[in-house]
Amino acid sequence: MSSDIRFTDFKSDKQPTWCPGCGDFGTMNGMMKGLAETGNDPDNTFVVAGIGCSGKIGTYMHSYALHGVHGRALPVGTGVKMARPDIEVMVAGGDGDGYSIGAGHFVHAVRRNVDMTYVVMDNRIYGLTKGQASPTSREDFETSTTPDGPKQPPVNPHALALASGATFIAQSFSSDALRHQEIIQEAIEHDGFGFVNVYSPCVTFNDVDTYDYFRDSLVDLKESDHDPTNREDAKDVILDNEKEHQGVIYQDESSVPYHEQHGVDEDMSVLPDGAPESATDLVREFY
Amino acid sequence: MAADFNWAVGGEAGDGIDSTGKIFAQALSRAGRHVFTSKDFASRIRGGYTAYKVRTSVDKVQSVVDRLDVLIALTPRTIEENLDELHEGSVIIYDGERTTMQDVEIPDEMIGLDVPLKSLAEDAGGAIMRNVVALGAACEVAEFPIENLDSALEKRFKDKGQKLVDNNKEAARAGQSYVAEEYDHEFDYDLETTDEDYVLLNGDEAIGMGAIAAGCRFYAGYPITPATDVMTYLTGRIERYGGHVVQAEDELSAINMALGAARGGARAMTATSGPGIDLMTETFGLIATSETPLVICNVMRSGPSTGMPTKQEQGDLNGMLYGGHGEVPRFVLAPTTIDECFWKTVEAFNLAEKYQLPVYLTADLSMAVTEQTFSPETFDMDEVEIDRGKVVDETTIDDHMSDSGGFQPHEITDDGISPRAFPGTADGAHMSTGLEHDEQGRRTEDTDMRVEQVDKRNRKVETAREREDWSPREFGDADADTLVITWGSNEGALAEAVEFLADEGIDVRVLSVPYVFPRPDLSEDVAAAETTVVVECNEQGQFADLVEHDVLERVDRINKYNGVRFKADELADDIKATLAEGVEA
Repeated sequence: MSSDIRFTDFKSDKQPTWCPGCGDFGTMNGMMKGLAETGNDPDNTFVVAGIGCSGKIGTYMHSYALHGVHGRALPVGTGVKMARPDIEVMVAGGDGDGYSIGAGHFVHAVRRNVDMTYVVMDNRIYGLTKGQASPTSREDFETSTTPDGPKQPPVNPHALALASGATFIAQSFSSDALRHQEIIQEAIEHDGFGFVNVYSPCVTFNDVDTYDYFRDSLVDLKESDHDPTNREDAKDVILDNEKEHQGVIYQDESSVPYHEQHGVDEDMSVLPDGAPESATDLVREFY
Repeated sequence: MAADFNWAVGGEAGDGIDSTGKIFAQALSRAGRHVFTSKDFASRIRGGYTAYKVRTSVDKVQSVVDRLDVLIALTPRTIEENLDELHEGSVIIYDGERTTMQDVEIPDEMIGLDVPLKSLAEDAGGAIMRNVVALGAACEVAEFPIENLDSALEKRFKDKGQKLVDNNKEAARAGQSYVAEEYDHEFDYDLETTDEDYVLLNGDEAIGMGAIAAGCRFYAGYPITPATDVMTYLTGRIERYGGHVVQAEDELSAINMALGAARGGARAMTATSGPGIDLMTETFGLIATSETPLVICNVMRSGPSTGMPTKQEQGDLNGMLYGGHGEVPRFVLAPTTIDECFWKTVEAFNLAEKYQLPVYLTADLSMAVTEQTFSPETFDMDEVEIDRGKVVDETTIDDHMSDSGGFQPHEITDDGISPRAFPGTADGAHMSTGLEHDEQGRRTEDTDMRVEQVDKRNRKVETAREREDWSPREFGDADADTLVITWGSNEGALAEAVEFLADEGIDVRVLSVPYVFPRPDLSEDVAAAETTVVVECNEQGQFADLVEHDVLERVDRINKYNGVRFKADELADDIKATLAEGVEA
């Protein structure tokens, strides 16, 4: 790994097709800077992406990457990390990918506490299919498929994570570049599953959860007396429906990641030319 | 063939039927006798009817038959369920002191041995050993030296202490002496022993052992009958070889975890049954288009939907061949015997990596839960070869770069196979995607590149057809007018059926096909036969359809797959061109 890695090394030669002004530009920049700042390079990094606008991120970044099927990015990342503990794994997806079709995987990925980073680009809308409600859309958010709003409460991903035993829960905002990068870096450096929900506004289809809205309403936990190592503090922040927050909401400093719990520490890509030594023992067990 | 002996123990789920049967099978195997076991079981934890059946001979046995010589019946239903298999002179061992067995009626022509299993077990140290008392009784009936049972009891209970082993031995002897003393009867059985060494294993275990031998390091799965044994076999064993097993939250996750591990460079596998295959099909196209080597084991059971989850069927063949949207290149391997489950698993991993595509490895319920004896040399680990295909490293990657300096994991090549770089390989960073892509893996909708990539992926299949051996196994009379074709686990029964037929002067030639796709071209064999019969465990005759398909006359084809619809003038030209080629030919 070379020490002169710049964040632009994580940029591919493909020009993003995101709408001009899309929050995903800022989200991706912070991810690339965070990876570079934490000493990673494209050849030791694996990015897994789902489907949707956010899913395109693997194409615009330069690293080992898999752009998978809708909602299954976390299981793929889990498999990569278990096979290759030496590789930095970052999983990215949208609110639909993570909290709708992939919600089941989210809960279990949190429980497993695999040492990887999960970045959700949350714009509270389905953008690529041209503006339908997402699992994080507001109850009264009017769209083509929900003309009177979804009339059901939005998913609270942080609450879901905390209830599932998360060891790192954070919220960032794509437009606050420095703080976003800082938070991503903390997630990368966390020993376990680093979950960051990123407010990444959709400028085309969401005229409610806009840049202005987040700029005006975000409270930075860093500037409050919030103690991220305190689960009760975290609970209060997560269940506070009156405010939007950014910062590290919760971090379990005694987190033991999956590979330590289970003793999974070998590079599984390395194999002998034949059956493993002492494989004959397996036959003898059947006597 | 030497005389075979057919034995069973049956009762309710929860009666310890499985372990009792396994101990007896093990005892026979350790005595140098061949064994073939089968199970009647239901999808319930307690109650109902369940049985473990053992067929044994000094010669190889590879099928079940419709005959029972000795039955240990713990419930009246066990007798009812087996009336068709019991015959004149069959021995039924039961405990007349058990409330439910007090009024049991033993059919006139059969011999009922009323043995107080529970009381004798209690005398030996505990009622829980009543089945072992019954095993001792069975040894006496079959004239099978009880020392062999001791050996199996030791294997089973040694971890729980010598006292328990001794108690069980005593329980067995109590059953043996009770029969010897109370029943003055000469039974016609004589289970002789030999000096042969055998191992006893089922299809799921053979697949699991094959996976470890082949270097599989990562397994993700979700429990499902009858594939769960693959997972339980690997758990606790694969770790000894640097691997890991994950129980995923569902099959969608399991196959994606395996996909991730494979992208990381590990040999990875998942195993499931039909309902799980349905879910995994979602990811199937991604595996194929991202050219990821993955082994997906489908242990078939009776479908559709939840079907009969504990019953046999080979109904998923079309699903495996055609499942998933779009056109997805894949291989489908179907081992025909339990020992082949081991070897075909090794082959599946090599094929997956050599051709960088998903490989279905399919067994079925009757093979998965059936145990059979083999000589240990059958699984000679020195014979296992690992071929990882076109993997590049730091020194060889330079030959596979684009003009702009990017690694090309989907390089267009003559044989269709592209170079593969594991994460961590310098300068190898690349994108893999389910989108159509260029040689570097970047999404494209370019009509020419689309065609080149589709052709490249399909060319791998053509290359494999040429390079690999897809032959069927042949037995019976090579010159017979009747050809019988089968696939999957029917081979054993067919092999013995052929002997029965030969005894009656009916000769048949058998081709047992372990490769569904690519598969051997059997058109000449079919043409040479007067009658061709295809044997398979399903209603529609899915493999028969394939055989018929293969022998049909070929038609010319016009295909378009660059993403653009047919245009009238273009189509007219295509038809003219096809006709012109036809005339030349």
